[in-house]
Amino acid sequence: MILKPHLEDLKIIGFYLGKIILGLAVTMTLPLLVALIFQELNPALDFILGIEISVLAGLILVKVCHTEKDLNWMQGMIVVSLSWVVAMVLGAIPLYLSSHWKSFLDACFEAMSGFATTGLVLVQDLDHLSFTHNFWRHLIMFLGGQGIVVIALSFFVRGFSGAFKMYVGEARDEKIMPNVINTARFIWLVSIVYLILGTLALGITGMANGMSPLNSFFHGVCIFMTAFDTGGFTPQSQSILYYHSFVYEVITIIIMVLGAINFKLHYHLWMGNRRELFKNIETRTFFITVAVTFIVVVAGLSQAQAYPTAVTLFRKGFYQLISGHSGTGFQTVYAQQLGAEWSPLALAGLIIAMSLGGAVCSTTGAIKMLRLGIIIKAFKEDLKRIMMPERSLVIEKLHHIREIFLEDKLVKGALMITLAYIILYGFGALVGMFFGYPFLASLFESTSAAANVGLSCGITGPGMPAGLKIIYILQMWAGRLEFMSVFTILGVLIARIEGK
Amino acid sequence: MKNILSLIVMVLLTVVFCATAAAQGLSSTALINQAKEYDGKTVTYAGELIGEIMRRGEFAWVNISDGEHSIGVWINAALLKDINFTGNFKTRGDTVEVTGVFYRACPEHGGDLDIHAQGLRKLASGRMVGEKLNSDKLTLIIVLLVALPCIWILTLFKHK
Repeated sequence: MILKPHLEDLKIIGFYLGKIILGLAVTMTLPLLVALIFQELNPALDFILGIEISVLAGLILVKVCHTEKDLNWMQGMIVVSLSWVVAMVLGAIPLYLSSHWKSFLDACFEAMSGFATTGLVLVQDLDHLSFTHNFWRHLIMFLGGQGIVVIALSFFVRGFSGAFKMYVGEARDEKIMPNVINTARFIWLVSIVYLILGTLALGITGMANGMSPLNSFFHGVCIFMTAFDTGGFTPQSQSILYYHSFVYEVITIIIMVLGAINFKLHYHLWMGNRRELFKNIETRTFFITVAVTFIVVVAGLSQAQAYPTAVTLFRKGFYQLISGHSGTGFQTVYAQQLGAEWSPLALAGLIIAMSLGGAVCSTTGAIKMLRLGIIIKAFKEDLKRIMMPERSLVIEKLHHIREIFLEDKLVKGALMITLAYIILYGFGALVGMFFGYPFLASLFESTSAAANVGLSCGITGPGMPAGLKIIYILQMWAGRLEFMSVFTILGVLIARIEGK
Repeated sequence: MKNILSLIVMVLLTVVFCATAAAQGLSSTALINQAKEYDGKTVTYAGELIGEIMRRGEFAWVNISDGEHSIGVWINAALLKDINFTGNFKTRGDTVEVTGVFYRACPEHGGDLDIHAQGLRKLASGRMVGEKLNSDKLTLIIVLLVALPCIWILTLFKHK
């Protein structure tokens, strides 16, 4: 029997949603600060308006839906999925007011791409965008990568059991510390420490590359935020190609890989347990998949004679691959070059890498290494069962922080999410073809959106059909939240119609 | 003899055609989409200088946007002495025309698509862009500022 959601459920959802919206309003004060520093008048007005509208919406929800009750699983999941949609709409307001986006839908696309750490862009004339709006684009990626709910949990919500339900709803099912609030705070600690180190490294490199100190550090902080949170926005339209710097590429590769690592693994490395890095199933799987997909990309690029020397082939191929595999989306080639100069084999290698992603409980999207590792182990176990005598007992284990027995429940969960991702990639590709784009380009762009990568082979742009923009927004949203909280919304809608 | 003459005429026509194409200038879209065709050839490309000039010893990197894409140009820093503005939020950059060798995947610069400039001509000077306060936005801000405490007071009544 399906239970119909009651008014009380809606009140609880509204109350916590209101709190998260108020949290979002607080984050909008940071770009306002940037506007004051750089003395940008109209951008400041855009953010004052954004803050006012957010506070108004949050206040109405909190006051009208006021409750003392805690969240149950269904409510927690719905709060999470709705908060991402609401954040997209509210986050898009200052962007749209800047007149750098053709329509409000385009601004919403950019905001969802930011919050979901995808990196596909619809901005026009990015090279003349204000520091204020540019900072907001990068900040929403940082906030989205940490998790909008993680922010609310860290700063605005006092300990309550519903916190864990929202944390899980945001595709973070691993607790680093016994308390979920402390886990959220640890995630922030790691990110802030790396933020300082990464900004310093990028800022100094920028200055050595001939940039002014102010621009070097502004670009440094922006690029760090989107590299560590595997997002892919950049302050200039040429992505990383703007800097013309090998050192800059190396530093961003290191930051992207750090962002693709499980926060739980970061914790163990910080505690001095370096052996975990080599034993962990996720890092091992990551190393293998990077090696395999890189071989495919190199074979494809050699086949197409895309680059004149081995060094240039390695530099372009490896950068795009790591950017795609980690789910970042930085590019050192133009989107049109990917479509025109990279062979179908090289693109296929890149699509496979994008579809896999990084570690669970990291800032990446896609299928993720732990699930892939589990599926490979399950295949290995089944093969052993076939090859060994019938009476023998086959037990497979995997190492992820501790030794874990490979249970059917674990394999089922990994297979279900993997299947959901494959369907999502395929669905987006079908829609792309419906709008007249070729198969490989449609699959590439769809995988990039659903796996929250941001690499583009030229489809994404202000001129693409509105229907495709909406589909990519839905793909980015579902892909980032790993389906469960999105499915819950569908379940509630069905229950509303059929429930008792 | 006739064959040789027609060959000479064809070569001359090709040279004239290429020179005209170079003189007219190419768009960034044409250079990127037909990169293989222009690879290693001398091209003319015009647009606004954006970002900033990144000096590397005697040379410098500049990025030039024609409104469609930006392309990196590797240039002798001495050729940039007349440049006053580069484009960003507060300024329109100088509009320049560069002539140089186009590389689809430059072996000297890690496979980047770039132009090694041999000459630069300033077509138009850039300028500071004055910011006028948007009065519509300001009015809306004031209206919402009044609405916020009203809503707050109303919700207090609701609780009572």
